[in-house]
Amino acid sequence: MSGLTLQGISKHFGAVTAVDDVSLTVPHGTFVCLLGPSGCGKTTLLRMIAGLENPSAGRILLDGADMTAVPTHKRDFGMVFQSLALFPHLDVSENVAYALRIRGVAAEERRRRVDELLSLVHLPDYAQRPVSKLSGGQRQRVAIARALAVSPKLFLLDEPLSALDAKLREAMQVELRQLQQKLGITTIVVTHDQREAMTMADMVVVMGEGRIRQAASPIEIYRRPADTFVAGFIGSTNLLDVGCDGAGRAVVAGVVMPGLALPDGAERARLSIRPEDVQLAAPAAGRLAGRVTFLRDLGGTIETYVEVAGTTVVAVSTPRERPAVEAGADIGVVLPAEHCVVLRQ
Amino acid sequence: MRRDKPRTLADHLPLAFPAVMLVVFFVVPFGTMIAVSFFRRQQGGFYTVDFVLANYERFLTAFFGNVLGFSLLLAAAVAVCCVVLAFPFTYFLTCRARRVQVAWLIALLSVLSLSEVIIGFAWSTLLSRTAGISNLLVAVGLLDQPVALVPNFAAVMVGMVYQALPYTILVLYPALVRLDNSFVEAACTLGASPLRGFFTIVIPMLRNTIVATLIMVFVFALGAYLLPQILGRPQHWTLSVLITDQAIYQSNMPFAAAMAVFLVLISLALVGLTLLVGGRREATP
Repeated sequence: MSGLTLQGISKHFGAVTAVDDVSLTVPHGTFVCLLGPSGCGKTTLLRMIAGLENPSAGRILLDGADMTAVPTHKRDFGMVFQSLALFPHLDVSENVAYALRIRGVAAEERRRRVDELLSLVHLPDYAQRPVSKLSGGQRQRVAIARALAVSPKLFLLDEPLSALDAKLREAMQVELRQLQQKLGITTIVVTHDQREAMTMADMVVVMGEGRIRQAASPIEIYRRPADTFVAGFIGSTNLLDVGCDGAGRAVVAGVVMPGLALPDGAERARLSIRPEDVQLAAPAAGRLAGRVTFLRDLGGTIETYVEVAGTTVVAVSTPRERPAVEAGADIGVVLPAEHCVVLRQ
Repeated sequence: MRRDKPRTLADHLPLAFPAVMLVVFFVVPFGTMIAVSFFRRQQGGFYTVDFVLANYERFLTAFFGNVLGFSLLLAAAVAVCCVVLAFPFTYFLTCRARRVQVAWLIALLSVLSLSEVIIGFAWSTLLSRTAGISNLLVAVGLLDQPVALVPNFAAVMVGMVYQALPYTILVLYPALVRLDNSFVEAACTLGASPLRGFFTIVIPMLRNTIVATLIMVFVFALGAYLLPQILGRPQHWTLSVLITDQAIYQSNMPFAAAMAVFLVLISLALVGLTLLVGGRREATP
């Protein structure tokens, strides 16, 4: 098996279970984002992959070889820490060259490699600067160059962009993704920012309460969330109760929804639909009836808040398809079956 | 917070009290000592007010040179031993659980409460032939018969390191406990074993703390005068022992004062030199 494989990884801190039976396969060259709210165990999982924590149970395999008992310094993984942990007593080139110096690389070869890495992260003229004289974005780049110095088998990043301001963070996301594609290196990033995950990842692993809730491509996570936790965490969504009538058809607020089916054996479920997929139409029989409660006109998009049987449904549309409605008006709501995801409760 | 320049008398008052205390209890006695060091000694009496350099001239003999040299060497050896022992110990202590750290710090504080006299006699008993630890080694079978490990230079070192070690640890502790663990973890992910990370990251990062601690223990050890007498032979006596001897037993206050002033100047000069060397290396990394 080529790539990184996690088999039944768990981690307990006393009575607290930080990571609970996680299994995952990451093929080589994949960019993976571990995404979840704080305290979901994503950082602990990354630290176990790096060897900085020992799993309480389970195995970590790289290309079929068991790495679980290999100490951190023999794993050859590059890591960028949340605090960056740049060594303050060394200048930029010495920081980047640290891993090479530890491995006894000759001075000339070291200098050549440092120049190569610094131009890779667009900091060619900064080699002799002390790290304390760098801006946040530059420190970020130095930390990335340092972690990549020995061409690691795995590139691990723990909330690497959280210290940057919003604009710089967006730019660095694109840059990091381009760098990863250029080097073809298997990369795992921990983040709590779903925009960051959507921008960079080939595979998003959504974690909650120490477990993997869903691992799939960003668009699949968005379009086909596995449960209400994932649906609510990625983007915004409308969640509606679904019941069934005597004939076994799916019913929302007393209206039969053609084309929808409840999960096998379930009598009740939740329906998730993205705001941009909700359509508004004139009230009619056999159509969900609602009342517009609020209009949020953001210029580029318009959000219409409709109350349907006690639940607020948000519909997003562009000004071009602006619905002719105003607050307080009665309106019909259409939920196209192909955009609805029925989730177990 | 508002920070205006102090104008009225009331603004100056909070500083006035410590200033007065410092002048009365430190500057004045120190000035008196400097003055006395130039007075003329009266044989059989005390001293008369005068201005002579005879007290300082007496240093320029091999005997006092040796004693001064030995004092400085002993203090430096104690400082190095303490830091070499305390630094790894404190580092590993800060890696332990908070509860363990507190227990150790309380134990160290309780060692601080022991007086120098108790430490001296405790060690001279522990190292003695009749009741010392060599009896244990005989019981285990490592030695044929008990030996006296006191008085000698090693015993002086043991006693003084024992006395200064808690101070060293307590001075190093705040700097080490603040050290972010991710620096060593980063070194590990870059291929350095934990030991290598300790030498290439932790020690260089805390170089200034280490130098400051060395100076503190050095100055602390320079003032020792009881332990060298209890645990050492006369050739292990420090300048402080001679000062006490001259001041109290020989009633030669001017010479004692001159030696004390000299000791202060020498230690100030050494501390200044260390800071100068450290500061220069800092400026050109």
